[in-house]
Amino acid sequence: MTTETHSSTEHGMSNAGYVKIALILAAITALEVATYYVDFGPLFMPALMIMMVVKFVVVVSYFMHLKFDNKLFTWVFYAGLFLALGVYAVALATFHFFS
Amino acid sequence: MWFTLAEHAVITAGEHDTGHGDHHTSTGLSNNKLGMWLFLGSECLLFGGLISTYMLYRGRVGEGPRPSQVFDIPFTSVSSFVLLMSSLTMVLAVSAAHKGDDRNTNLWVTITALLGATFVGGQVYEFTAFYNEGMGFTTSLFSSSFYVLTGFHGVHVTVGIIMLMSIVGIMKRSKTPGSKAETVEMIGLYWHFVDVVWIIIFTLIYLVPA
Amino acid sequence: MAIIERPPSTEVATPATPSSSLGALKRPVSTTGWKSWVFTVDHKKLGIMYSATALFFFIVGGLEAVLIRLQLAAPNGKVLNADLYNQMFTMHATTMVFLFVMPMAAGLANYFIPLQIGARDVAFPRINAFGFWAFLFGGIFINLSWFMGGAADGGWFMYAPNSGPVFSPSHGIDFWTLGLQITGIASLTGAVNLITTVLNMRAPGMKLMRMPIFTWMQLVVQFLLLFAVPVITVALFLLSFQRNFGATFFDVASGADPLLWQHLFWIFGHPEVYILILPSFGVISEVLPVFSRKPLFGYPFVVFSGAAIGFVGWGVWAHHMFASGLGPVSVAVFSVATMAIAVPTGVKVVNWTMTLWGGKLEFTVAMKFAIGLIVLFTIGGLSGVTHSVAPSDTQQTDTYYIVAHFHYVLFGGAIFGLFSGFYYWWPKVFGKLLNEKLGTWNFWLMVIGMNMTFGPMHILGLQGQPRRMYVWTEQRAGEGFFNLGFWNTFASIGSLILTVGVLLFLINIVITARNGKIAPLDPWNARSLEWMTSNPPKEHNFDSIPTVSHLDEFFHRKYQEDANGQMVQVKTAEQVLKELEDNADAHIHMPSPSYWPIIIALGLPVIAFGMIYSIPISIVGGVIVLFGVYGWAIEPSTAPDDDFDPPTTTKDVVHVG
Repeated sequence: MTTETHSSTEHGMSNAGYVKIALILAAITALEVATYYVDFGPLFMPALMIMMVVKFVVVVSYFMHLKFDNKLFTWVFYAGLFLALGVYAVALATFHFFS
Repeated sequence: MWFTLAEHAVITAGEHDTGHGDHHTSTGLSNNKLGMWLFLGSECLLFGGLISTYMLYRGRVGEGPRPSQVFDIPFTSVSSFVLLMSSLTMVLAVSAAHKGDDRNTNLWVTITALLGATFVGGQVYEFTAFYNEGMGFTTSLFSSSFYVLTGFHGVHVTVGIIMLMSIVGIMKRSKTPGSKAETVEMIGLYWHFVDVVWIIIFTLIYLVPA
Repeated sequence: MAIIERPPSTEVATPATPSSSLGALKRPVSTTGWKSWVFTVDHKKLGIMYSATALFFFIVGGLEAVLIRLQLAAPNGKVLNADLYNQMFTMHATTMVFLFVMPMAAGLANYFIPLQIGARDVAFPRINAFGFWAFLFGGIFINLSWFMGGAADGGWFMYAPNSGPVFSPSHGIDFWTLGLQITGIASLTGAVNLITTVLNMRAPGMKLMRMPIFTWMQLVVQFLLLFAVPVITVALFLLSFQRNFGATFFDVASGADPLLWQHLFWIFGHPEVYILILPSFGVISEVLPVFSRKPLFGYPFVVFSGAAIGFVGWGVWAHHMFASGLGPVSVAVFSVATMAIAVPTGVKVVNWTMTLWGGKLEFTVAMKFAIGLIVLFTIGGLSGVTHSVAPSDTQQTDTYYIVAHFHYVLFGGAIFGLFSGFYYWWPKVFGKLLNEKLGTWNFWLMVIGMNMTFGPMHILGLQGQPRRMYVWTEQRAGEGFFNLGFWNTFASIGSLILTVGVLLFLINIVITARNGKIAPLDPWNARSLEWMTSNPPKEHNFDSIPTVSHLDEFFHRKYQEDANGQMVQVKTAEQVLKELEDNADAHIHMPSPSYWPIIIALGLPVIAFGMIYSIPISIVGGVIVLFGVYGWAIEPSTAPDDDFDPPTTTKDVVHVG
């Protein structure tokens, strides 16, 4: 909260940059769908999870500007996200969801 | 579901509380943006709860169909792709808005709304198809939790579409170009969030076998 | 809507000329009469409205409690039948938690956070107004069930299967679910608003570590609300869909897991406990230093222990579920976490005690309630630690021991803290001092009444009297010291004394309003910014926004260190205030009143009615909401400069909100 921001003047990227990112996202989505048809064996779950997380982080960081914006935004958003992850994972664990 | 609408509308419309652009806040950050991020942080707990409920119940199909029997992966992949691309058009709208280019802002906002509407249309089609295959809302725990989760997401997208259409109208009324840039940015944040929620739903609900 | 010409006059409120919005509705402009309250966006008026409404619900909840105690006062009680008894305890808890303590704390937050951080209003004044109306309508909606076939009767945590249509066929739980959904919206929007306010609206120099503890604790509370409310929202939606649309989320016969509800409820419910208590911790952390004539002992520790409670509060929810067969690992983990959370709470108790140590104590009523909190909360806290030991908790679950515990922390803790705040801040809000003599009676009767009511419940519980039991009989009451009949009667007498105590407070309000003593500017020789303004504050709070250079800024403006290192008074409160007035801002444009917050909030109960009775009604409600939202979106929050009377075009206009 201490920082003086360079607020809304700086918006990170050019339109071409956004298009590039969208293409990357599209490619990952294609790969995700591919896992449904091609057998990835033991890599299946980890690969799928990693791709999901990558897509999530890319959209949040670039399209939502978290990477360029004040860190406070990142804090409040990820606080909610990790809190959700934590409490719900524990709750599911008590139902033996992961075993 | 109407509640969600009211809540979102109030939070997003809250942005309008800056009658007079220039603000000197303690952090130097805009009230509206901070408010929106707080709200999105809170939404993580909402969708987390719905996703967890689905996860717990996805295998409990009773007499009804199993997830793998009803899911149409190619179809959902296409609509996921549509929603993903609407994030691109949204970001282009925000970018144009910050340049004070109202014409292009309007254009990209409209395209985003159309892509969103395509997604919701796809969801309506999907729900109808599932229903015809014998999967009603009360058929099984799986079906109820599936419809609640994806339904909530659909409501979010719909609220987003309403906001996008409204901002087009509001921008037409405004005299100074670019004056609604922050509102567009705010709706953009909401829109992208709805998109990232779908990224998770698509993977966890559709691609991971129950 | 105030325009201040230099020099500032006492006549602050000059109405703006009407501004049209949506082409149809003109802005409300009344500065007097009921319209100035109903359409206000002023944080102080809203704070008073929150608190007044909460006080009303406190009386409602209190009457419900008295009926419960009357039913249990003698064997074979005939005051209530079993069904009505179930409704009574469910609604007593619901009212006290959601319609009294939470909104009362929200009222104090609304009123005092902007003042304490040196702001003129909150970040989103209209959202603030909306929040109040949503809370009010939600509260009324829940209570309407009394007149429409019976209130909710499943207990305040509404476990399955009691919450299902088989065990609760009336519409009570539907009203309860949807009403809490509406008050939940109020809490969530309030949280977004107040967090933004605290982070963004602080006066120059008001660093986070210079903020008064009350503001700090409220900040933690608002974060807890921000993240906890959506969890109960999910749970309530699932329950609604089960009751109204035939889903089976918590129906064991259909293969569901009833523990899902318990998890969702307590993931919300345990942070909720801290949502209830932390505001009161904040209040007494203001009161104790003022009446000890010492700064708060270990300010950073009080701040960080509050934040730590907020954080660890997320990892202890399952201790409410030890008896549900979670398995040894879960029970062990949550046991340890629960013991751990006692540590930051203990840190606070130590800090308060050390604040008193060596101080020039002044036993005003506010101070008495604050000390009452320390003692009574500690008792409740210690019985809480006994629950963290799972084997003993298994014994205590669903007995009166639990009832004793949470009334010590909630009545002895949260409510005593709020009462301390009433007596401390009354002169600030209303310009008159509450009667101290009557207040002392108020305090002692509440202390005696509360200990007589809830103290014996420890014994009752350990003797095995189950919670929520609607009747007891002489044959099964036992003998000697542990005779359940004696202690039940004793507790019921205590509850009547408690009632008289609370009644004295209400009488005190009336007497003070009629002919109370006009409060001096700085009646308590206080320390924080909310006292650096008139009583009651002007609409724009501060004539000029103060620049803050200390924790306890107001105190440091009045007192400075002399050559010997002694704090000596260098200025009176009047002189400090005069300085602010001399530098008054020329034109201050406050956020303008608005019709839209109440219109949108009005749509919500209509939607809820429709969900219970007929969907078309919901659509009408939805249209009202939509109409309100558009009106809101099109209307600027502060009227345009040329809309003020006289129109201002100068550059030195200060805009708020």
